[in-house]
Amino acid sequence: MFDYNFHWRPVFKNLPSLIEAGLTTLQVAVFALIIGIVFGLVLALVRMNLRGPLYWFASSWIELARNTPALFQLFFFGFGLGALGIHLSPYTIVLAALSFNCAGYLAENFRGGFQAIPDTQIRAARSLGMTAWQCYSRVIIPQVFRIVYHPLTNQMVWAVLMSSLGMLVGFRELSGETQALASRTYRIFEYFAVTAVIYFVIVKIILGASRILATRLFRY
Amino acid sequence: MEPTITFFSDLKINDLWFLAQAAWATLLISGVSITVGTILGIVFGWMLFEGRWATTLTLTPLLDIFRSVPLIIQLVLFYNFAPIIGLNLDPFLSGVVILSLYCASLVANVARGGIEAVGVPMRRAARSLGMSYWQDLRYVVLPIGGRAVFPSWVGVALGVMKDSALVSVLGYIELLKASQILITRTQEPLIILTIAGAFYFALSYPISRYAATLEKQWAS
Repeated sequence: MFDYNFHWRPVFKNLPSLIEAGLTTLQVAVFALIIGIVFGLVLALVRMNLRGPLYWFASSWIELARNTPALFQLFFFGFGLGALGIHLSPYTIVLAALSFNCAGYLAENFRGGFQAIPDTQIRAARSLGMTAWQCYSRVIIPQVFRIVYHPLTNQMVWAVLMSSLGMLVGFRELSGETQALASRTYRIFEYFAVTAVIYFVIVKIILGASRILATRLFRY
Repeated sequence: MEPTITFFSDLKINDLWFLAQAAWATLLISGVSITVGTILGIVFGWMLFEGRWATTLTLTPLLDIFRSVPLIIQLVLFYNFAPIIGLNLDPFLSGVVILSLYCASLVANVARGGIEAVGVPMRRAARSLGMSYWQDLRYVVLPIGGRAVFPSWVGVALGVMKDSALVSVLGYIELLKASQILITRTQEPLIILTIAGAFYFALSYPISRYAATLEKQWAS
């Protein structure tokens, strides 16, 4: 029954390139999260405050990102834009799809965060003579940040996990690199087992770092 | 006269039938996985709630793995691991096993939240009315706790439905895999991707909207 010989040596020989690919994964995820935060904020504010075409644009972005598979979004940025004559590199495709997805999910989180802040605070801040910008940057955003901090951490983990889809469009992040190496030696199980451990460690590091950061940020 | 040979052919009625079958395959694998995953997840959730150090040491880290490793890696890993221990599973079964476990790991937390949502006084009241432990679970905790977490369960189920697209890496022909095959043949990505995306959207959007309304109604 158990007549399979595990060969771990080729995997460990290639461990440096796997770890390097893991850093690529982390890099894409971080960039996607940053872009996602920026667009997510804009989308949330547009959806809450505006009417007309901009509202519909923001709403359809958010609903499309939340109600279709991430893989579909990746294919759309790959094949779909390719049909329109826009050819992107695998890196850009993954980054664009991840950012699109993150922005949609984060927009709803931000909207919940903004709605949790009572209107009276805006009015109080404005009547103290703050400009709209000061009011948002000094009163509203810090409170919203506290509310969305936990969802943001989760989104970061999701971004790392979702970047593994890059494997399907030929992007050499951790999964893509693993597949390329595994198909060379045909030690698929061993390679993917090590990769799973690397992902697990990355996720745990993110969660741990976010917890440490939270104790620093939210001391009061 | 030799007939001219072309690599690409137009989109035909047959292809739409092919897509419809693939959509059915998506529904099938997600339906089975969500059902099995939910039942398992409720059991796990109950164990997390009732269990003391034994579950904290075993079940919690185990379920954590399914949430910290990308689904695509889990699928590849299991598909290549099953033959090693002498199981010959086709892509569908491998997909069902992993998707169910993944779903169960998410539902477990939801279910535990549901049990925690029922207050201790309520359960004591049930017990002092002469209900047995199981009667209390069945007639008090299930209706009240289930109602409290039903919207989050819908979110998990829709997530699993969308993630079922990843079973395509094993060669299971579900909607996105079928779209990819058709795109390669017909070179018409926009139409095909729109159909596939519309299917997922039409399934996911109304259900998530319905869950959101229910949540609002029950909250008030």
